Amino acid sequence: MLNTFVAVLRRDLLLAWRGRADVLVTLAFFVIVVCLFPFGVGAEPNLLRAIAPGVLWVAALLACLLSLHRLFAQDHVDGTLEQLLLSSEPAVLWVMAKVLAFWLSTGLPVVAVAPVLGLLLDLEQGAYPVLVISLALGTPILALLGAVGAALTLGLRGGGMLLALLVLPLFVPVLIFGAGAVEAELSGTGATAHLLLLGGGLAGALALAPWACAAALRVSTE
Amino acid sequence: MSRPDRGPSILRFAAPQNFYPLAGRLAPWFAGIAAVLTVVGLWLGFFVAPTDATQGEVYRVIFIHVPAAWMSMFVYLVMAFWSAVGLVMNTRLSFLMSQALAPTGAMFCVVALWTGALWGRPTWGAYWVWDARLTSQALLLFLYLGFIALTRTIEDPRRADRAGALIALVGAVNVPVIYFSVQWWNTLHQGASVSLTRAPSMAATMLAGMLVMAFAAWAYTLAVALWRVRPMILERERHAEWVGAVLTREAQRQGGRT
Repeated sequence: MLNTFVAVLRRDLLLAWRGRADVLVTLAFFVIVVCLFPFGVGAEPNLLRAIAPGVLWVAALLACLLSLHRLFAQDHVDGTLEQLLLSSEPAVLWVMAKVLAFWLSTGLPVVAVAPVLGLLLDLEQGAYPVLVISLALGTPILALLGAVGAALTLGLRGGGMLLALLVLPLFVPVLIFGAGAVEAELSGTGATAHLLLLGGGLAGALALAPWACAAALRVSTE
Repeated sequence: MSRPDRGPSILRFAAPQNFYPLAGRLAPWFAGIAAVLTVVGLWLGFFVAPTDATQGEVYRVIFIHVPAAWMSMFVYLVMAFWSAVGLVMNTRLSFLMSQALAPTGAMFCVVALWTGALWGRPTWGAYWVWDARLTSQALLLFLYLGFIALTRTIEDPRRADRAGALIALVGAVNVPVIYFSVQWWNTLHQGASVSLTRAPSMAATMLAGMLVMAFAAWAYTLAVALWRVRPMILERERHAEWVGAVLTREAQRQGGRT
């Protein structure tokens, strides 16, 4: 069983590595969205410092959303997905591997770049560890929830907008606790509670989302 | 899966063929009940219930606002229930019921948000505040819209049914969040005034008006969902023989051409 997991994980990571441009586009999108905010709200440092946690989180969320369609689309087009579904291996297993590979190739770079963008917005020094931890806990939840939406909208016309409408309401609690963690750290109340809730959310999503996603893939391909 | 006939059972209405005439018979009754209860409820709310000591006459919007908010959340749970039943038991009618309920739920969401804004302006001084419960209500509306958009976009009915059912179940996780959000983020919206465990903090006539309106909303939802599901059944079952028979009969009753 573990072999399947590792094989799918390695395959998807290899594909992501061969198609590095996609990952870089996601990162560039993340950077550009963050850079748009000073143009929109003005370059007043105090204002930027105040909105930095929220801006970084929203941008990370959008970057994740826009890359979600890649999760299953290619495999759906070339028939890999059907073969995987037909195989005797449990679907939950390779769905988890695919989501993990997706997160490693899009979520992790975003987490790594976020502190640099925090510098652009003059985020206070003490908040960086919490920003990174909250993103590291939160973006996997986004990937897991988004995978369900991506599986449901597989191959539909206008699938991108539909996917956004489906998953953005579900992303909101993650955004609240993720950005809330950074703000709680800045206001001095400590981010532990928020981070624990994010961790709990991740555990819950890990337990439930792969099953929903596997069921959704079956619905979409039959 | 044919089982030996054990006489009339409620389950036989799970067959679209039996449910179609039943829905047609029940819907007018629920519509009538809804109309009567709405008149009684609004009369209680606007003429009998006393003026609120602190909020004045503005509070009377709760007679529409609270039942609509309750109903919007409850309809989502019913949708999720029918979706689960459909996925587990593989019954076509369950999916149709959840799809027939969705527009009504979305409508109640809009009514709750709209009346809430009208109440918030004189009371809080703003049409909209980013309070947890308002925000969750708006999110519930988005969940409804997502469900409706997904089921309408997918052309294959079987896939549309199942995909909608899955997203309804996933979204149902959000409904408890709505309800407990007031306790989680202690914010501007007043806590629930009606609770089953302690005495209600409002006059008996106010409570009566609100409950009557809640039942009116309930009956309205039943009537509309039953009416909405009937053409959906006909469209989905159009290859079946009984649909042709039903259509011929209805055309004859109207005295029109067949």
